[in-house]
Amino acid sequence: MAIVARPGLTRRRVLAGGASAATLVATPALVRAQPATLKIAVLLPRSGLYAQAGQSCHRGALIAPQVLAQYGYKVDLVHVDFESNVDLARTQAERVINDGVHCIVGAFESGATTAIAQVCEPRQVPLVIHIGSAPQLTELGYKFLVRNFPTGPMLVANGLALIKDLLAATNATPKTAVFLHANDTFGTAQRQGMDRMFPSAGMPFQLVESIPYDPKAQDLSVEVTKIRAINPDLMLVVTRAADAIKLVRDMVRQRFQPMGMISPGSPGLYDEEFFQALGPLADYAVYNVPWANPKTQMAQALEAAFKPAYPNYRFAVECFNVGFTFEGLLIAADAHKRAGTTNGPELMKAMRETNIAEHVMIGGPIKFDEKGQNVGIPSAVMQNRSRTPTVVLPASVATTAPVFPMPPWQGRQ
Amino acid sequence: MTVISLLPNVVVQGVLTGLVYGLMALGLSVIFGVVRVVNFAHGEFTVVAMYAAFVLFSALGLDPIVAMLPIAVAFFVIGYVLQVALINPFVGRAEHEQFILLVGVAIIVVNALLMIFGPDSRPANLSYAFDSYLLGPLIVDKVRLYAAGAALAVATLLFAFFRYTRTGTAIRACADNLAGAAVVGLNVKRLYALTFGLGLACVGASGALMVTIADAAPSLAPAYTLLAFTIVIVGGLGSMAGALIGGVLIGVSEALAGFLAAPSMKSMFSFALLIIVLVFRPQGLMGRRA
Repeated sequence: MAIVARPGLTRRRVLAGGASAATLVATPALVRAQPATLKIAVLLPRSGLYAQAGQSCHRGALIAPQVLAQYGYKVDLVHVDFESNVDLARTQAERVINDGVHCIVGAFESGATTAIAQVCEPRQVPLVIHIGSAPQLTELGYKFLVRNFPTGPMLVANGLALIKDLLAATNATPKTAVFLHANDTFGTAQRQGMDRMFPSAGMPFQLVESIPYDPKAQDLSVEVTKIRAINPDLMLVVTRAADAIKLVRDMVRQRFQPMGMISPGSPGLYDEEFFQALGPLADYAVYNVPWANPKTQMAQALEAAFKPAYPNYRFAVECFNVGFTFEGLLIAADAHKRAGTTNGPELMKAMRETNIAEHVMIGGPIKFDEKGQNVGIPSAVMQNRSRTPTVVLPASVATTAPVFPMPPWQGRQ
Repeated sequence: MTVISLLPNVVVQGVLTGLVYGLMALGLSVIFGVVRVVNFAHGEFTVVAMYAAFVLFSALGLDPIVAMLPIAVAFFVIGYVLQVALINPFVGRAEHEQFILLVGVAIIVVNALLMIFGPDSRPANLSYAFDSYLLGPLIVDKVRLYAAGAALAVATLLFAFFRYTRTGTAIRACADNLAGAAVVGLNVKRLYALTFGLGLACVGASGALMVTIADAAPSLAPAYTLLAFTIVIVGGLGSMAGALIGGVLIGVSEALAGFLAAPSMKSMFSFALLIIVLVFRPQGLMGRRA
């Protein structure tokens, strides 16, 4: 019987075995180190009072993954409707975090965004505010949020400066103005900004009165009657789409014809709903807001994805909501790519260090200050012309000249 | 223009809007007054009627004031069937069971509207939507004037029905003395179904008129339910005249509060009125003490 000699336990064999074992043990860790797909919850008011804007943002979120993929980003989105309800926004944020999302993007309405931020902070889940202007969002010391949208005061400051430019460009000289604003979180923040900045803004007209209104009101006939009693040359408005329609309707019915209606930085006057409801009466309204930059490659890619996906919607009208929603997702995806992890604190650290030069909306690179605020988002003077939002100032990006004072309501085509 | 010179304008606007509100609340009051079921889906049915008027206007070009008639008839049938099939088994049962049933109906209706029409406001762009009459210092909206006139006409017809027809008298008998009505051989279940149908016909008519004043949107529904409740509580739950008076009072108080105080305080004044009525006259202005 042959005796098979058993190999002895040599030093070399021990080293080789140890190395193999170490490789085996380390393999799962190496696999874990590969960044998993970033799971983002997009919280929006897709029904309820802010549904129109929420749905518009939702369209942006739906096409975002395919555009982001063109730039090498991979994201997994969870779409959540909080029904324009602040309490539901809070509970939905808790639910998606419990379900394992790595990051939240939202939420259009400042009150709901505040509620979501209060949930994200203790759970260390990053929140990217894509639209939401209440200043307190970035003033309360939250560590787990960034905002890629101007604050109310930023919007007002930009808006007032651009109103001066508009009046200078058209040689118009209104003497008095009334400021009419929704009394929700957004509108109130705009009012506070206006109260603080108007006295020192050196505007060529006097602000006679500020009037808050309930955005859920059935009509704004009383508000318009009140304004008629003051008879200002100019109306400065902060509205949403549905109430902007009611406002114009009651202005026409009551035959109130100011020199112009200007929003220093709010939605409402550029929504499809506004154009559909008012037709030619929607024209010549002016709003000073951030807008998409059609010259960037990324904006063009977004538009190219939008058109076939939504043939019944116009990118020229939707690009504000769609653009900011896309950018919110871009910020999260970019941070994930650089961090190489879905771990909340590390993802947040990468997010705060964001520096994205190529993006959709006008302005310089997307960057955040120590509070998480992007302070480099400018506005443009937009005017509705032939039922299309049109850039009229600054001249460098304008596609047509502004018309001011606006033509009479009667006789518009 | 001074505040004083514009005050009559504000009152007229309030009265006209209030009459349409009143017609909507009338349906709620009629149903409660007879069937003793509180329709918590009232605002939701109003919004369905608004959408019906919007669809008829968009598809057939039918003016909502004309469309009010077929919509009211359709809503009468819906109300009749709903009472027979769904609500009758709950009549006489605990109030919380009725509440849950009708809140369930409300949720289904709103979500169905969202699925069918989406969340956007749907306007009926009438050719005269932006017109107004200049009557001396008064500017009166054409749509409000027409809608209020139609609301008044419908309410008058309903009053006449309950006052002068045998069926109307029988329904009133059910409301006044249910046991007595049953003893004399009235078919109470059928009369209940007729009443619910009539209540919803009011809702259908008011919804069609409402779309001339406000754009149809699912999100309006809970606000309309609350508004109808406020009006019937102020006017007197179960009182038909009270519903109309309550509607006008709420319309005028909101308009005056908005004009003389702050527009954002309109709702606060209508709720303040509600609390005052509840404290000093809990049965409502025209209601009967239990």
